Amino acid sequence: MAYDYEKNIRPGKLPHIWCPGCGHGIAMKGLIRAMDTCGLDKNNTAMVSGIGCASRLPGYMDYCTLHTAHGRAAAFATGIKMAKPEMNVICVGGDGDGVAIGGNHFIHACRRNIDMTYVVFNNYIYGMTGGQFSPTTPTGDKASTTPYGNPDPTFDISKLAIGAGATFVARTTAFHATQIDKLIVQGIKHKGMAVIEVLDDCPTTYGRRNRFRSVVDMMKRLKDIAVPVAAAGKMSPEQLEGKVLTGVLHQEDRPEYCEQYTEVIKRAQAQSE
Amino acid sequence: MAKKVALLQGNEACAHGAVYAGCTFFGGYPITPSTEVAEVMSVELPKIGGAFIQMEDEIAAMASILGGALTGAKAMTATSGPGMSLKQELLGYACIAEIPCVIINVMRGGPSTGMPTGPSQSDVLQARWGTHGDHPAIALAPSSCQEIFSETVRAFNLAEKYRMPVQVVFDEIVGHMRERIEFPEPGELEIIDRTEPTVAPEDYKPYDTQFGDVAPLAAFGSEYRYHVTGLNKAEDGFPTTKAELVDAEQRRQIRKIEDARADIESNEEYQTEDAEVIVLAYGSTARSGRYAVDRLREEGVKAGLFRPITLWPFPEKRVQELAKQTKGIIVPEMNLGQMVLEVERVVARDCAVELIGRVDGEPITPTQIMDKVKEVL
Repeated sequence: MAYDYEKNIRPGKLPHIWCPGCGHGIAMKGLIRAMDTCGLDKNNTAMVSGIGCASRLPGYMDYCTLHTAHGRAAAFATGIKMAKPEMNVICVGGDGDGVAIGGNHFIHACRRNIDMTYVVFNNYIYGMTGGQFSPTTPTGDKASTTPYGNPDPTFDISKLAIGAGATFVARTTAFHATQIDKLIVQGIKHKGMAVIEVLDDCPTTYGRRNRFRSVVDMMKRLKDIAVPVAAAGKMSPEQLEGKVLTGVLHQEDRPEYCEQYTEVIKRAQAQSE
Repeated sequence: MAKKVALLQGNEACAHGAVYAGCTFFGGYPITPSTEVAEVMSVELPKIGGAFIQMEDEIAAMASILGGALTGAKAMTATSGPGMSLKQELLGYACIAEIPCVIINVMRGGPSTGMPTGPSQSDVLQARWGTHGDHPAIALAPSSCQEIFSETVRAFNLAEKYRMPVQVVFDEIVGHMRERIEFPEPGELEIIDRTEPTVAPEDYKPYDTQFGDVAPLAAFGSEYRYHVTGLNKAEDGFPTTKAELVDAEQRRQIRKIEDARADIESNEEYQTEDAEVIVLAYGSTARSGRYAVDRLREEGVKAGLFRPITLWPFPEKRVQELAKQTKGIIVPEMNLGQMVLEVERVVARDCAVELIGRVDGEPITPTQIMDKVKEVL
């Protein structure tokens, strides 16, 4: 099926800032296909991001776009959604932005189950500032601020989202390009907080410091570590060592925040009559 | 019909003033001594179909009102010292992106946790310079409960008119004291709404200078789509590092307030015409100042009170004029010398400037002021 990328992109804003070999472009195309598939009204859809490489994405998109401060996307987005619940809200950002400096906003957006779609481009590093370790950089790996190997344990962003209360959580990788849009479509259609984690690669600041000789090596890794949820059930703990589950990891129905607040308004108005 | 009258705390009056001004969005976080503002907003906003949200932290509360404001809502948050420190990041965002909003800061002792229930006026320079980078600032300092109501309304008007964050800073004494409030009738106080664009959507630029220094602001969710960023940007809202564009944008933002001083500045003067010594005070301290002036006049001392209601931009022209006709200006403030620096800057050597600073969590008394006046004369 042919997708109309052009109609979603602001004329004259490309090329993007991302390096050759960066997975963000693949993830962005998946996001565009998903938004196109859902037929979102461009005037009635806000795209919100924080700071970092991935957070530059909304600037390229022909929607209501808000490039906020570092980590604050979910908090700004919550304000938009609460003030105008009829708007579609899509957040985009990286791992450091979303779950380090923005971690508090991220978990509380999940807890509230506010109706938005948050796509995390997890490339395991702070790319824009030159490759400092993030909360998802694997323990032992090299970054510009872990020259002797990363001593930090890592966050599993999807597990964090599930634990915090997001009602739709899915994960895929930049290698699995066609799965990206399918999962984001489900996330957009889901009523409540949807988190889609896209594992991707930063050859410039992460790959070159670690064991990856080329972008192809990094893509191969994404291919190798991904195990679809359905297949994981048939695998032994040993076989699952070092793997990450992909697909829809969690989905539940729970009251959505703006709908809950509509009830608050009804109660307040009934009491004041 | 008689006006609705109530005995209200300053903080409560603030919330009612916000609703009167048309505020429909409040994002907050609990902090003493400002919490009552949030509490009243949580009661009042759902009644009018607005939205109250208690966010996960102070930064998020500030972020939420900026998101809300971009959808077209009049939005407000309220906080105090440590919370205001946290909000500085996104106060800067509101400045550069030119997003109208109102921030209430009920000042308490500091730095850090300081004295949560003690009054202070130690955030007045933070209100001007707290966030990094060059930016304009508007800060209003009411000194009574009725004035908190009307200045909160004015804060919204200025925020919407000049497309920027406006702070209302008052000390804990005014925030927590109770006074009789007369609710203005609808239409009695002027209400200003932001200018919305009329150009074709494809021609819309969020910082279009063809409309002067304040461009019309479209709402997210309208037919206008545009980009908002915290980066230095060009008229079209997209990031730029071109020196001449960055320079023009920065200077325009300062100019939009400098050129509007006459509209923004507001002061109260009491017995200043023939004053040989002037007490320059704001907030609750001005109440002690006024009492001191009355007592001094009874004793035959020609004292007067100058009370800036708009702290920023500072009413420098009027203070310069007063400095030329008086022997000294006394600046009592519940800090160790903040607005006095601004007074010294604008007065230069035209008259003596004396600080009465107090940071022990107790109010400055009329006696303290009277003693200092006699010292100067």
